[in-house]
Parts: sequence; structure tokens; C-alpha cells
Amino acid sequence: MAVRDPIREGLASGWKVTDAATLERDMDLETDVVVIGSGAGGGVTAESLAAAGLDVVIVEEGPLASSTDFHMREREAYPQLYQESSARQTADKSITILQGRCVGGGTTVNWTSSFRTPARTLAHWKDAIGLKRTGAQELDPWFARMEERLAIAPWAVAPNENNDILRRGCAKLGYAHGAIARNVKNCANLGYCGMGCPINAKQSMLVTTIPAALSRGARLVQRARVTRLVIDGDRVVACEAAGVAANGARPGETRVRIRARHFVLAAGGTGSPAILIRSDAPDPNVLVGRRTFLHPTMVSAAIMPQRVDGHAGAPQSIYSDHFLDNAPLDGPAGFKLESGPTHPVLVGITLPGFGEDHSGWMKKFPSVQVVIALLRDGFHRESGGGRVTLASDGTPVLDYSMTAYLWEGARRAYLAMAEIQFAAGAQSVMPAHENAKGYSNLKEAREGINALPMRALAARVVSAHVMGGCAMGPDARRAVVDEDGRHHHLGNVSVHDGSVFPTSIAANPQLSIYALAARSSALLAKSLR
Amino acid sequence: MQVRRRRFIQAGIAGAALLALARWVDQPLAAATNYRFLDARGVKSVGALVPVVLAGTLPTDESARRAAVDEVVAAFDRAVAGLAIPVQQEIGELFSFLHTPPLRLAFAGLWSPLEESTPQQIVEFLVRWRDSPFDLQRASYRALTQLIQAAWYGNNHSWAAIGYPGPPAVG
Repeated sequence: MAVRDPIREGLASGWKVTDAATLERDMDLETDVVVIGSGAGGGVTAESLAAAGLDVVIVEEGPLASSTDFHMREREAYPQLYQESSARQTADKSITILQGRCVGGGTTVNWTSSFRTPARTLAHWKDAIGLKRTGAQELDPWFARMEERLAIAPWAVAPNENNDILRRGCAKLGYAHGAIARNVKNCANLGYCGMGCPINAKQSMLVTTIPAALSRGARLVQRARVTRLVIDGDRVVACEAAGVAANGARPGETRVRIRARHFVLAAGGTGSPAILIRSDAPDPNVLVGRRTFLHPTMVSAAIMPQRVDGHAGAPQSIYSDHFLDNAPLDGPAGFKLESGPTHPVLVGITLPGFGEDHSGWMKKFPSVQVVIALLRDGFHRESGGGRVTLASDGTPVLDYSMTAYLWEGARRAYLAMAEIQFAAGAQSVMPAHENAKGYSNLKEAREGINALPMRALAARVVSAHVMGGCAMGPDARRAVVDEDGRHHHLGNVSVHDGSVFPTSIAANPQLSIYALAARSSALLAKSLR
Repeated sequence: MQVRRRRFIQAGIAGAALLALARWVDQPLAAATNYRFLDARGVKSVGALVPVVLAGTLPTDESARRAAVDEVVAAFDRAVAGLAIPVQQEIGELFSFLHTPPLRLAFAGLWSPLEESTPQQIVEFLVRWRDSPFDLQRASYRALTQLIQAAWYGNNHSWAAIGYPGPPAVG
């Protein structure tokens, strides 16, 4: 049976979509609200505002690709759907950042893991950051609403072996663990969520809120990078965008200029701060782009005696918060444990080394199992996050240094992951670190890991969660936007994405973004009507 | 407003100055025919690195092996062309570095260009950079090896040897 493609059908039905990369002449538009970015924040915002009867233009840097284009091949998907072909890196090249760059943003390529913002994170925002209206009580209705909208529910299917090894290892060691809720409908358990869902089972923005907004008459300008907001006093009068060439690297010649009553930034944790910086937006307390967080993620690979086939089946279905929940927020860095899918390019670039050492592991590819540890950053005074600045061509660069505090957590994470993998029967465990080797038992792993130099460009650190940079809070001296996402200094600008988080989330952030964006959008719609 | 910074090179002012010097003494040529980024010398350099970085996994049959190396070099080139413009410039500087004899000797420890070096010399060069105290060299090691590994394992010709069945059929 052929898979229905709701995007192709929508285009055929007359959706108003413009490809800025192929425009022959400059374009001027006028609307009520411009939504910059179409990921978790932009998608929810566009649907909400369009449903309220407002005229909306969505501007997206990446292409409008859909299930017909999703062939489950890394070689196609990474250049097509990710920022910098999935090879975006921090300024010192030491952390690789996976960020979506397509209609639907990160939600088109994420692994569907859905968590409400942890209660401890919200409590910290209230007690230490001073947020007044962003507690569990205020957010719970918005979580519930978005869970319903996006079919977020516990995943009832048995985990794949890659995840079940994490489950068995944790169970054996007495570490609390659980099943991950996912935003899917009729999921066929293929395992290729990271390359765009080929059967539209994932309830990403691409197949939910964006089509809903477009069906209500919203317009979408794809492959358009917003270069700046045109500011007049304390208001923005227009935004300007440039077409982006196919591989996303080079801006085109044509310009799109959009006048609007209100502007919502939803370009994500590096994109939104970068737009404010490029626009010389007022920032009297030098906050924009600061306190950007990553959940720096450590990776541990194991070879199991049995087949794992971690490329098949839901990529993430089991997690453990044992090392978060049992660590005080002001103590040593805690970390969340999950599995990471094994696809040839991902595994090939994650395993350290080259030549026979590397290919020896690759030959055991079907038996490779991967655990990842996401470090909780932003809660401790020695974890102040990174800073977004601009490269010579105006694109964002994140300067993020792992502090001694985070490196200490990273080493404990390697130890914990090795312990779990051996408890589940691993034959060999290798942390993703240039100086590591395959360890054949826990004692050897402990000695080896304790001797590893923990420094930039030795450990292979990755991130799929860029958060912060436009922190929210009631005090304009300490925050860029208020708790409704309204900019403290620009009257008609809001930020609706993960950049408003004042710390990291300490869980996969999509549901946190959905809920906050839904609340902010409802308030914004009311104020604009 | 624009903050200029070198993204590839974080070896401090000395490293940046050296790369500027490499760029000054070595102007890159136009991209080679059928390539978007690599010039003719870059094609040779990457072609010399590929059999070392991918040792143990390339086809053993000589003509299949040559074809595989060519495909990896072409995919390497496509991958770099998809990176941010400033990053492409930095990788260009890295190749200038490898093409400029005194700098190559001093900082890569290679007398000869990569394509004239033995596999053992290339292994030693890569290990020196991997274990270097300088971020610049460790970052360069990682860029070269990961781009080659991604180029190969994204190619379906690599999959049989590692037991990856390829994506499932849908629809």
C-alpha cells in the first residue's frame, strides 16, 4: 500500500508555500504575525495563531521535505534535514550538534522521546531563577493538551534489543528505569525517526500543526534564512530573509521582506539568539546568546554476544534517571541515560580511532549496543553554559566549554554506562573517547576510564538539545523575555522555543517546548485579536 | 556587529597566524573538475588518507577498491561543500597547511606530501595529531577521519562488510 503524503496532498490542494531559494525576484509580504522557524515552538505557534483567526507567515530556513522524500538513508537525510549536514560543531570543534534544518525542525528528525519538564527542573526555575508562573501546576494543562494533540503516550511495544539491554542492565543493578512516551500514531517500529519518518507515524510538526496552519490559510516561506529584524525604536517593523541554496551553506541573491504586527522567534537555541544579535536588538544587560545549554552527551559502545540490530525498532524506548534523581542539583553533575540508535554513519563517526582498530569494531556492527548519558547543565554555578556569537558570514557559532565540573560528570557517566553494559552481558565496552580501547571486563574498564584524559577533542561529546540563550524570567535585568515569551525591550517580539529555558531541561526537551509555546501562543493570540 | 572568529582553529593566536601564513604562501587552486570544494592536490591528499583511515574495510579486489576510494573522496568533497562557509574556509586552510612543505614538516611531521608518504607514515601522522596537546591538531585529526568514515559508511557498498542490511522496505 502506498504511503499517503499529507504534504504533497496539501500542496496539491492549494497551500500557499513559497520556495525562497528559487525566487526570481525579491518578495514583499504583509501579515499579522511572522513565525520564524517551524520546529517544536514555531509549529505549535503557527497552528494556535492560525486557529485564532490571525494571518500567519511561517519562515523556515530548511526545505519542505516530506515522507515521499524520506528514504531512510543517512547520506541523503543528514545534508537535507540537518544544520550543516549534521556536522555542526561548537566553536572549538569539540562538541558535535545535531540540529534539524527543515520544515518541522528538530521534530522532523528527533527520536520521538517525550517527557514533561521534570518537577525538579521547574522547582529550580521557581526557587533559584525566580520564575513565578511556570510551575508544574501552571504547565500541567498545557502538557496534557499537547500530549493529546501529538498522540504522546507510553510506548506499549516491547523495546528493541538496544534499549532492552539498557533496561536489563539497570534492572540487574537496581537502577530505577522506565519506558519512554513517544509522539507516534500507527508506528511500524522501523527505527529511522532520525532520517524523517517515511510513513508519517511520528506526530512531528511536519504532519500535525504545520499542515493545520497551512490549511487555515497560513503561508509558508521555506528555504529562507531570516537575516535580521528591522527595528524602529522599541518595535520591529519587518523581517528580512534571504533564500538558502540546496545544501544550506550559501545564501542566495533574492530577498524576502515581511511586514507584520508581531514577530515570533522560534528558530531554536542558536538560531533565535543569532537573529537578535544580527538585528542589534536592545540587550542592555548582555544576556542574548548567554547561558546556552546542550545536555553534553557522552557515548558508550558495547559489543554484545548476541545480535542487537540497534538500527531497527524505536530508537529510544527506555531511560534511567537514577543518576539524576539521586544527585542534588547543587552537587556533582547528574545525567540521564538512554540508548542511541546504530546506523552506519552514526556508529562510524562515533567510534573512536581509524584503520584496523576502527574497522574491527565496525565488522561487529550488528552486535554493537549504544548507551548515551545526557549531562544536566545549567543548574550549578560551575555550569554556566555557552555563548552564541556570529561567524564571519553571520551564521551562529556556539562557544561552549566543558568545565572541570562537567568533565567529572562525564567520567562518572562513562563508568556508569560501562557498568550497565557489562551487567547486561557485554563482551567489550568502549567509551567514545580518542584514547579509549575496548575493555573486556568492568575492572579493566574502570581502570581505563579513570586514566582517560578528560579534555576537549579527546572525549567525543555530542548534543541534540540546544537550549537557552534567550532566557525567560520576570526581571528584565536577568532575562531576555518574560514568562509568556514576550521580549522585555521590544514590544512586538516573542520567543517561543527552547531558547527561553533558563537552564537545561534534564530530559529530552520537545514536550517542554510544545507546552510553553502553546501557553505563550494562546496569550499572544488573545492580545492580538 | 559581526564577530569574526576562526571556528576550525582554536590553537590561539599562534595557530591562527600560522594558518594565515599557510593561506598566504599557498593559494588554493580552483576546485578540481567534478568537485565542489577540493582542488587537484586536495583530491590526492584525501585519496591517500582514505586507504589508511578505512584499512580493513575497503574491498580487496583492486578495481573495486580503487572505485571505492574514488567514491569516498567524492563524498568527502560533497560533505565539505555542505558545511557552513566559514568552516569550509577553515578546512581549506587545513589543506593549505598540508600542501606547504615547511609547515607540513613542522606541524604534521611529514617530509613528503600525503600522496607520496607511506601508509605507516600516515598512521604516525594521524596518531601524532590525535594525541597532540594542541586543540588545532586534535580537531584536524577528528575532521579528517570523521569525514572519511562518514563518506564510506554512508555508501551502500560499505554495508555488506559490516552486516548492515540497509533500510527496510515500506509502503
